[in-house]
Amino acid sequence: MTQTHPFVEIRHAQKSYGKLEVLKDISLTVERGQIVAIIGPSGSGKSTLLRAINDLDPLTAGEVWLDGLQVNKSLPHRQYEKHINEMRQQIGMVFQHFNLFPHLTVRENVTMAPKLLKKITDKEADTLAEEQLDHVGMLERIDYYPSQLSGGQKQRVAIARALAMKPKLMLFDEATSALDPELVEEVNLVMKKLAEEHMTMIIVTHEMDFAASVCDRVIFMDKGLVVEEGPPELVFKNPTQERTQAFLRKHLEGAK
Amino acid sequence: MGLDFSVIPPFYGTLALGVLWTIAITAASAVLSFFGGILLAVVALYGPLLVRLPFRFVAWLFMGTPLLLQLFLIYFGLAQIGVDLPAFVAGVIGLGFHYAVYNSELIQTAMVAVDKGQMEAARTLGLSRRQALMRVVVPQAVRDVLPPIGNNMIALLKDSALVSVIGVSELTLSAQLAIGRTYRPFEFYAAAAVLYYVINLGMEAVLRGFEKRNRLSR
Repeated sequence: MTQTHPFVEIRHAQKSYGKLEVLKDISLTVERGQIVAIIGPSGSGKSTLLRAINDLDPLTAGEVWLDGLQVNKSLPHRQYEKHINEMRQQIGMVFQHFNLFPHLTVRENVTMAPKLLKKITDKEADTLAEEQLDHVGMLERIDYYPSQLSGGQKQRVAIARALAMKPKLMLFDEATSALDPELVEEVNLVMKKLAEEHMTMIIVTHEMDFAASVCDRVIFMDKGLVVEEGPPELVFKNPTQERTQAFLRKHLEGAK
Repeated sequence: MGLDFSVIPPFYGTLALGVLWTIAITAASAVLSFFGGILLAVVALYGPLLVRLPFRFVAWLFMGTPLLLQLFLIYFGLAQIGVDLPAFVAGVIGLGFHYAVYNSELIQTAMVAVDKGQMEAARTLGLSRRQALMRVVVPQAVRDVLPPIGNNMIALLKDSALVSVIGVSELTLSAQLAIGRTYRPFEFYAAAAVLYYVINLGMEAVLRGFEKRNRLSR
């Protein structure tokens, strides 16, 4: 493709449940290697937007593009299923509640999708699991079951599981919100490591400090709209919008 | 006429063969009821309407009518319209599908109860819905209902006595054969009861083994 296009592009995203408009015409772009935080009060639509990127929550209207391909292309059902499964292999996602597969070991959690979808051999799968788990500091728990891990460890395994598909883009949906405070740091460290490796990441978070220290850009959403966006220095230190100021006042106070 | 258990030893061979047939028909029916139960559950929850409805109807038939009648229908009824099944096969189909329906009810409930995040996580990795169901949702659902499925399997073992009426020479029929020769119903039915009980103990041990293996993975 000769023309340049943004790495991730959301065009006029709208989402409504009946009369309730959760997303009202949101457009944004993310460049390759960028790390973007989406912040905002609960119910602002930030998780819905994130989940629209891999079509987990399909948009009512609007387009999502990744690296020159439309994710939510309109296709007949069967073709669409094939298409979306291929797109999702390129988009890793990490959930608030980890969603590890409890009936599989840590190793199997990491290797299941690559084995099924990329037809790698058992030996390649083992190497892959060891690499990815080493990356998140979980190699020594490779043959444990999720029920034997702490929350922070589970989330690190969940990150390794997503990375094992070698995604181009990683989505984090409040990855540390369900963790005990003392377990947040180990997950943040893994995410920082990914940032240093220039993984493109979109992070929905409540942690302003983390957003400020890791992200290139912060997007503040409220009531289904992007209210303000910019580099963290600007959004956090000198927000121009009244709603942003009110949100940050509440949140930064709450943190102290 | 007093009891005389010394009539039994000459029929050890007959009874042993009966035990083997009972184990064989129970094992074959259990396997059919297990995988059939999974298939029925998946179809009932996710199948297209045109498949779901006839499945539902057949399930209702198997649940709402006596197993004995189903065995007659499969063995004698089908023979009349040209489907001449060996008694063993007819017995396995009858027992297997009957209990598949019961297993499927259990598995369906458990599938609905599996956290939605499991399907989402699997789909997010790029798995198709079918892959996500078979690799993530179904194994967890089955694991969760293994104890009640085990109870169904024990009921199946006991109901396997019914296939004696279509001429499968399993334990009950073997006992009847011996009784026919000796006119000693008490001794041989009691012996059969003890043997059923022993098979039952063995089966419970196998089921406990399965459940133990699943202890960590939840």
